[in-house]
Amino acid sequence: MKFGIVTFPGSNCDDDAYLAVTEALGATAERLWHKDHDLRGADVIILPGGFSYGDYLRSGAIARFSPIMREVVEHARRGGPVLGICNGFQILCESGLLPGALLRNRQLQFVCTTVVLRVESRDTMFTNQYREGQLLRIPVAHGDGRYTIDDSGLARLEDAHQVVFRYVDGAGNASPEANPNGSLDNIAGIVNERGNVMGMMPHPERVVTELLGGRDGLGVFESILARVAA
Amino acid sequence: MTRFRIAVHIVPRRGILDPQGKAVADALHALGFATVKDVRIGRHIVVDADAASPADAEADVRAMCDKLLANPVTEDYEIAGVAPL
Repeated sequence: MKFGIVTFPGSNCDDDAYLAVTEALGATAERLWHKDHDLRGADVIILPGGFSYGDYLRSGAIARFSPIMREVVEHARRGGPVLGICNGFQILCESGLLPGALLRNRQLQFVCTTVVLRVESRDTMFTNQYREGQLLRIPVAHGDGRYTIDDSGLARLEDAHQVVFRYVDGAGNASPEANPNGSLDNIAGIVNERGNVMGMMPHPERVVTELLGGRDGLGVFESILARVAA
Repeated sequence: MTRFRIAVHIVPRRGILDPQGKAVADALHALGFATVKDVRIGRHIVVDADAASPADAEADVRAMCDKLLANPVTEDYEIAGVAPL
């Protein structure tokens, strides 16, 4: 079982993701470059956070046309797991692998803080090591994190239990105050209909060992390992 | 082939919160422009391209908007002008 971590020009969480899966999880990983034309045998692809291509035009809009993305899209179509974190989530929406879009934060300011997430669905290959309703403390750091989708798209997400994480307060309520960016229905992370592609704005790779202040994010990677290695 | 300059307006779709537009509308109200009902802030893109006719030039830029320049989930666009160079 091998992870593949993609680096685009402007990615800045690729090392964190690499260390999360190698050191904290103990798995093997391959670094992939945006100009690469093959996934080098990676079973799970991670699109990390950052500011690919300077966020020119729209966040993720240019990265989507990188040579490596052709392979990532094919991998996803074959049912291969893809995890997009922060800018990776934006790239997945722009590339059409996930529905909806991520817009400028409601308050027009970059938000860098630790949020509380509620696990909305543990029946995914990315969250099966968590408990349903479990509260996680995970950092966010983004300017364009306001998830949006039209009404029918939102209904489809809800009906198919594709909303995986919501921003909540300490008591677990998805209140407006707990929402760091104005995201629709406090949505922090979703999976595609097939369940093999997940995007999330918070950074699980930043909380995988006590040295980093917590381990609440490790479950995402443990879940993938449990499912893919099985 | 003739070279054309094609301008396109891209704006956030109505119904989607545009916090920049809202902030500017609030500022305009504060300045006394009481007639302002709505402000939406988008982008203006100017493309120079070769085409056989103005209609072809416009069709090309519409294809560019559909594929890259505009986000079909959140934005609308309109061709603002097509002029030979």
